[in-house]
Amino acid sequence: MSTEEKKPTNPIEPLLRMERMPHIWCPGCGIGTTVNCFARALEDTKTDLDKTALVSGIGCTGRVAGYLKLDSFHTTHGRPIPFATGLKLANPKLNVVVYSGDGDLFAIGGNHFIHAARRNIDILVICVNNYTYGMTGGQLTPTTPYSAIASTAPYGNFEKTFNLPYLAESCGAAFVARWTSYHVRQTAKCMAEALGKKGFRFIEIISPCPTLYQRRNKLGDGLAFMKYLKENSVRKDDAQTKDVGLDFQGEITVGKFVDREMPTFLDDMNRRLSETMGDKYEKYEGIKTKI
Amino acid sequence: MTNKMITADPKGVLTGSHYLDGDHACCEGALAAGCRFVAGYPITPSTEVVERFSARCPQVGGMFIQMEDEIASSIAIYGGVWAGAKAMTVTSGPGFSLMMEHIGLGVMLETPCVFVNVQRGGPSTGLPTLPGQADMMQARWGSHGDYEIIALSPNSPQEAFDLTIEAFNLSEQYRVPVMMMLDECVGHMTEKVIIPKAEEIKIYPRRFTKAKPGEYLPYKPGPDMVPDLVKVGDGHRFHITGLTHDERGYPVMNHICQDQLVRRLMDKINKNADKITHLEEDGTEGAECVVVSYGITSRIAARAIDMARAEGLKVGHIQCKVVWPFPAKRILELVPKVKSFVMPEMNMGQVVLELERIVKGQAQVSLVPHAGGMVHEPEVILQAIKQSLK
Ligand SMILES: Cc1ncc(C[n+]2csc(CCOP(=O)(O)OP(=O)(O)O)c2C)c(N)n1
Ligand code: SF4
Repeated sequence: MSTEEKKPTNPIEPLLRMERMPHIWCPGCGIGTTVNCFARALEDTKTDLDKTALVSGIGCTGRVAGYLKLDSFHTTHGRPIPFATGLKLANPKLNVVVYSGDGDLFAIGGNHFIHAARRNIDILVICVNNYTYGMTGGQLTPTTPYSAIASTAPYGNFEKTFNLPYLAESCGAAFVARWTSYHVRQTAKCMAEALGKKGFRFIEIISPCPTLYQRRNKLGDGLAFMKYLKENSVRKDDAQTKDVGLDFQGEITVGKFVDREMPTFLDDMNRRLSETMGDKYEKYEGIKTKI
Repeated sequence: MTNKMITADPKGVLTGSHYLDGDHACCEGALAAGCRFVAGYPITPSTEVVERFSARCPQVGGMFIQMEDEIASSIAIYGGVWAGAKAMTVTSGPGFSLMMEHIGLGVMLETPCVFVNVQRGGPSTGLPTLPGQADMMQARWGSHGDYEIIALSPNSPQEAFDLTIEAFNLSEQYRVPVMMMLDECVGHMTEKVIIPKAEEIKIYPRRFTKAKPGEYLPYKPGPDMVPDLVKVGDGHRFHITGLTHDERGYPVMNHICQDQLVRRLMDKINKNADKITHLEEDGTEGAECVVVSYGITSRIAARAIDMARAEGLKVGHIQCKVVWPFPAKRILELVPKVKSFVMPEMNMGQVVLELERIVKGQAQVSLVPHAGGMVHEPEVILQAIKQSLK
């Protein structure tokens, strides 16, 4: 063996804060896989990385902001969307991506998701849905399927489960898709496509949490869950979002469900203000005041 | 390094003599200070601030968004700041309570910005249309964890204008969210407000880093304990977090880093307290009793002091325009010279606790409490002055 032999390097390394490795995620966790997909999507689309901001909330997924070499923000639990809204509105030239967990975005942060989608704020929201609160030890989340065990639902969940694509579409999202962390190529491609679009874009990625969700529900390790994702995912791009809800270990509809062009918050604002103010209004393209 | 002051951008300065209420004056102060980003959620008696901003911002290239709640407003402004704007949010009691987590985040991320709280009577929904000063301790301690904050309190629309500019300047200089603590009375009273020419308004410019991309350390403090800022999109590819962090902005979960960070966050305010302090003094030399007040209560106190002086009593007045940090140094100078301090507050005794802590029983300290809903009767303050000199 020669010492010159090159160590195989991860092609996305330049996009990572390598000085922060190893990351905190458990073996078999799906979050890192989605980060790989995202990094590939950034590369493939030749997105200007200096003009791309990543905002996360709090949770295992919330740690994504800390590992990607972008202007990145680890904010508070549930609030990455309003932070991202502030970034985007103050400087519309930025690509702003929110990356967070199901609990962060849909329990504590649900209201912000609804309103950012309604306003069609021009941001991409990526949700890693692992059916549980990973960071705090596997509690119930709004996406926990009926009957699944969680540390705060020891007899099995009896609450109704959020259908995230349906919610996103009804609130006004411009782009809605779902993939799983088994589908790495499709996920990367979907992220790349979403990066190139305008408006409020939402991608849900079903992902394993072997340490808490799988273990507690006796679903085997990360690999076993990958097998489940592989065997039970059905691609239906034309599916109605109302039909894509998820059951415990049931079929998972994947694909791109919504892709529509709509004026964004800033388009609407600029149109309305020039209509009412006429020549006195200078089109808003970000805050230019020297500070 | 402290930055050189610059002058205001004329675009936001409505130079002239106006009749404005305190809320409107506060909005004009923010515009004059260069604030172009406001996120808010309506609540009496603060709503007029955002109403005016929503009308003014398209004329000055600004952005206003009415968010879905105060939690969202109080973090949307941080997005605005890190994108390179000066920003504020505006609220009153119940909304201020909802903002607490993000005041802590602002302290931790060292995000310069202004929180305006037009105080009303509390607790809870309390007295939506009537004044109070009972959020003063909340302004100081309301978020979890140890930190120091800056809070100002104006007593008139003119001061609402002037002190809002000062609030922005302090927030930029010390990189901390600054609390502008109005009350319903000041917010809704209309008086003459003189807005100077832009070149007469001094602005503390944001201290952007001179480091090249790749060299910038987001939390490496300067000699004044304050780190330099950046904005998104400049190629620094920086990371910031509400977790305890090192100079790189990376999380470090141990007591050593915690100690360094928390001490610096507190020291940068505490060790500069004398510079931040802003007092208006009247007749304190030779006074036997000094009335310490802030906000609207200072105007009632002034009336009571006039009455006391008419009766031959030697009474001085200190109005704290900056309430936090509290002017400990000045109070300590007065302690050996006076018999008593009298402190009227439109609360049941909040800032007076700090006064007592500093005076340490070396002079008498008398609180004149008031549960809120209307200002003190000057006679009650007069009585307290007389009683304290007996
Ligand atoms: C205001 C607040 N409440 C609660 C918490 C504790 N907390 C941290 S992460 C989390 C849930 C994370 O779950 P999810 O968003 O699904 O992300 P995951 O860890 O599964 O990736 C909770 C409840 C917090 N940090 N802040
Ligand atoms: S607890 Fe679950 S979600 Fe969190 S890192 Fe481990 S496997 Fe992933």
